[in-house]
Order: sequence, then C-alpha cells, then structure tokens
Amino acid sequence: MGQRTPLYDQHLALGAKMVDFGGWDMPLHYGSQVEEHHQVRRDCGVFDVSHMTVVDVTGPQAQTYLQHLLANDVARLDSPGKALYSAMLNERGGVVDDLIVYLTDAGYRLVVNASTRDKDLAWMQARAEGHAVEIRERADLAMLAIQGPSARERVAELVSAARAELVQALKPFQGLPQGDWFIGRTGYTGEDGLEIILPADQAQAFFGELIGAGVSPIGLGARDTLRLEAGLNLYGQDMDEDVSPLSANMGWTIAWEPAERAFVGRGALQTMREDKNRPKLVGLVLEERGVLRAHQVVRVGELGEGEITSGSFSPTLGKSIALARVPAGTGDRAEVEIRGKWYPVRVVKPTFVRQGKVLI
Amino acid sequence: MSNIPSDLRYAASHEWARLEADGSVTVGISDHAQEALGDVVYVELPEIGQQLTAGQEAGVVESVKAASDIYSPVSGEVIAVNALLTDSPEQVNADAYAGWFYRLKPSDTAELDKLLDAAAYKAACDADA
Repeated sequence: MGQRTPLYDQHLALGAKMVDFGGWDMPLHYGSQVEEHHQVRRDCGVFDVSHMTVVDVTGPQAQTYLQHLLANDVARLDSPGKALYSAMLNERGGVVDDLIVYLTDAGYRLVVNASTRDKDLAWMQARAEGHAVEIRERADLAMLAIQGPSARERVAELVSAARAELVQALKPFQGLPQGDWFIGRTGYTGEDGLEIILPADQAQAFFGELIGAGVSPIGLGARDTLRLEAGLNLYGQDMDEDVSPLSANMGWTIAWEPAERAFVGRGALQTMREDKNRPKLVGLVLEERGVLRAHQVVRVGELGEGEITSGSFSPTLGKSIALARVPAGTGDRAEVEIRGKWYPVRVVKPTFVRQGKVLI
Repeated sequence: MSNIPSDLRYAASHEWARLEADGSVTVGISDHAQEALGDVVYVELPEIGQQLTAGQEAGVVESVKAASDIYSPVSGEVIAVNALLTDSPEQVNADAYAGWFYRLKPSDTAELDKLLDAAAYKAACDADA
C-alpha cells in the first residue's frame, strides 16, 4: 500500500481508478481520462496534488543559499508573491529536480516533485551546510490545483470574500497567503488556474465543496496529457540527473547573470553551452494514426537518432504528439519507429496547446 | 463490475470470440479489458485474407495510457475487419461486445471449446483484480 493524501476516501467514493505514482496511491481517472482532459481545456477541473512536496526555506541566508542551490536566480523575486521556475542541478549540470519557488514574507516556499522527495530533501540539506537556513518540509499541508478557463471564477464563488478578492487580483505566476491558505496562480496544464496549498485538515471540506459545486475531479492521466500538450516537462521522463536543462528546453530558466553567481552545476553548464552539437528537446506530431510513446527511436536523416521522452494521444488535437530529444540540427521532419515500422512525423516547437488554443 | 456475456467464449488474454450462425467467428476485447485500458484511441486490425493461428498476434489496441497486443483466440482466415474502429476507436469503450475487431473463418471450431466460458473468465478476472 502506498501513501495516501487526505482525499483518498473521496477519490474512491468518486469512482477513481487508483494507481501508484511515486509511492502514492493517486487517482488515474474517474471514468474517462479524455473527457477529463477536455473538461479542463473547456471549463475547469480540480486535481489532488497533495502528494507534491512543499518545503519552506527561511533564515538570514535563505537568499544566498537558494542563489547557490538553483540555476535560476531568486534575487529576481523583488516582492513577496513573485515566483519563478527553476532547475536544481548537480555538479555535472544534470537536473536533480525542477521546482517552483515563491518569495514569501518569511522566506521562500518551494514546491518540488513527489517522486523525488527524499532525494531532494537530502540534497538540499547537504548543500545548506555553512548557510544559516532552516529547511522545513510541510507535510502538514495539502494541495489542490483548480485549472481551466473558468477556474478562478469558480473558486471565487466558494471561498471567503477576502480569498475571492485575492483570487481575482493575482497575476499569472503570483502566489500569496490569505489566512492559513497559500494561493498561487500557477499550474501544470497550460490553462489559467490556481494551486492552493492549505492545511491538510481543511482539504477534504474544500475538495467536497468544489465537487458539490459541479467542478469535475481530474486524475493524473489527464494531468499528463494536459502538461504534454502545454509542452511542460515531466521530471524523470523529459529530464533527469543525466540531462542538462540546455537539452530539455529549459535554457530560459538558467540565470547566467550576474556572472559571479556560483550556482551548483554552473561550470558544467558553461561548457555545454558552447557545444553547438548538444541535443535539443522538440515537439513531434504524428500525422498518421498511431500513438507515439516514450523511448521510441526518432531517426533524423543523416544527423542520427534521438528518442521520445514523453508521448501520448493529444485529446485536443485528436492525434498523437510527443516530446523528443534529437540531434542539434534537426529540421522540421523526422521518422519514428513504432512496432518495427517507420512513421513520418512533423517536428515542431514543444508547445502544442496553450489557453485552449492550438499552436502548431 | 464488468460485463461478461454468457454466450461468448474468452481467452485468458482478454479477447472474446463468438460463433456466428454462418460458422464464422467474431473477435473483440472484453469489457474488463477496455476498462483496464481506459480511453481507446487507436486500433490496428489484421488484414483480410491473413491466416492467424490461435494465440498469434492479430492487432494492437492503444489507449491514452498504453499499447496492448491482441491475440487471436482461434485459428483461421480473416474474412472481415471492423473498419468503423479506425475512425471511432472509442466504440470499444462504449460497448466492447458491439465494437468487434475482426471476423474469421475458423479452421477448427473445436478450438472454441478450449477457451474459457463466462464463469471461468470471470474467475480469471477476479483473480487479476
């Protein structure tokens, strides 16, 4: 038996098909993964993401510590509520994890992946040596993501006036506390929406209110196809400790300036940055029938081979799409091997759908 | 609970087979199988005229989640395929027993007797769960 979030019984009552995800028993879907996907793109849905790890970093040297730990620069966060996406790298420039960091009144709040929890906490503790910081995992908190074009409106109808006001006022990628809730206008679907971090003992009631108000519960299955369409990486699939952010479409998250900021992995990244032959992460679209899957081989003419890192069926496009790591010079065509046959694919920027709009 | 009609025979690999009045055998995947797969988005069917032996790969069914091989429950020559599934693979989810895959002219109808009946298949599914 895996770990359970506070919403476990509610998932079962809603008819969820449960699966193991990084040691947690989580809902895969509540009937139809494809319907849930459409629901989020067209209206809104709620995801239980309580398995994700919330870590508060405080203390007089919290900023200098995170400037050392992360490839993005927390000094860019100039007022509480601002957030940024970053990779946490090893000395080889590989990705230990990807995360969101919010600047709070007390310090910083990080949200890291569930499947990497133990590794991340150990890594963070080890790098903290010599810094006056406190690293505190918040296992007392639950997290719900409400995503979709009507998500903020629907949440505003259910919460207190003060929270509703904050929900309306938040700018994209901003997150602020209200009472004992922390509300971020962030997500993993490519749609507008919120991620709400709240005390675990309030999660059941709020989830129940959302369901009661007609907001559909959405499982991890749709979460995966939504993030894939949005071109958002999944840790462990699209990048890991042996992959540089430069080869994972995460170059924009590296803060090279100021040049004197010595973050973990900087030296290795600098060398890779000069290598014009480093592989890149692209999007693939299969025009024929079939489904692209992780680890299928991609052939790019004379340039050599690459590999699909994430692939699935895109409910919005009605065809299969994928993220793939391919040779540097890859143009707009490639081929993928599916069960021994080669299929032509179109190579595109790895963002297929955003805010309900098809971008390819 | 999944639907297991008593007039069909089943393979342990979750295909169903139905002996038709004209002596042909229709093949599909069980309700239990479609439920486990989730939303079906692609089906690869055998070719008409293809000779299949019992247990041989006859096609592929892909859901959003995963790809799964279809094995022919009995031997014979493929005489029809359900082309409707090419455009509407979700038919398999809507009704696994109406959303048939292919029909064959069996080379030995006695092979049907070697398949599981509804009660035995139900027991196999329950043991799976």
